[in-house]
Amino acid sequence: MLLTRKAEFSASHVCANPSWSEEQNRQVYGANANPHGHGHNYVLEVTVEGDPDPVTGMVFDLRELKQILNEEIVEPMDHRFLNREVPPFDRVVPTTENLAIEIWKRMDARIQGGVRLRTVRLYETPDLFVEYQGGVCA
Amino acid sequence: MRLTCRYSFSASHRLDTPALSPEENRRLYGKCNNPFGHGHNYTLDVTVEGPVDPNGQVVDREALHELVKLRVLGLVDHKDLNRDIPGFLGVPTTENLAALIERTLKDHWNLAPRLARIRISETERNTFVLEAK
Repeated sequence: MLLTRKAEFSASHVCANPSWSEEQNRQVYGANANPHGHGHNYVLEVTVEGDPDPVTGMVFDLRELKQILNEEIVEPMDHRFLNREVPPFDRVVPTTENLAIEIWKRMDARIQGGVRLRTVRLYETPDLFVEYQGGVCA
Repeated sequence: MRLTCRYSFSASHRLDTPALSPEENRRLYGKCNNPFGHGHNYTLDVTVEGPVDPNGQVVDREALHELVKLRVLGLVDHKDLNRDIPGFLGVPTTENLAALIERTLKDHWNLAPRLARIRISETERNTFVLEAK
């Protein structure tokens, strides 16, 4: 069975490769390359997969999932400038794709026991989201 | 990794098949068979799938927007699906519309990732998903 929990955080970022000119960055990242940054209300949906425990009837303790989301994602990222305050985005371009990969790494390390992390879905805006299921980014 | 972008368009249509009598069409399609047609605000989700490139992106957003706007929104937005779409064979149900959009995108596909899925909402209560082959 799949279980999904939602979390929200607001953060600013700049999508730019520091070794490129402003013009090159604008060509690749468009308005996302604006040097002073801009922000989004990110919406994160984390899905875990497992069988309901025969005693508790739960796939995973939702309070624990909420706590992990808060510790790993919301507290470190909410109301932050990702490039300056949240490693590895001081050296990795914080595109929504790379942010989803980082969220996967942080969550996967904490989801233990009989359940596994299945999908990270990250909305940058209501009209754009990425879905990552781990492994090679295909 | 998959990336989805959402677009919207408005179009009119009438569901009516020449294979059935007027009475049978009315029974099958109900209000959607109203002779003068009617319209919807459609929501279209286009999903692409591929590796994340060295720039940290699955797809160039602007190239995807350009393709969808030029080839799909240009084709269907503020149009009558029965009369304005060249080559639209069959009744303009949302099922057939999804297939038309998949075919149109594939015919003009110029992006690195593959087209993975088309999702169309005719209204907030009716959604159709087509996994691209």
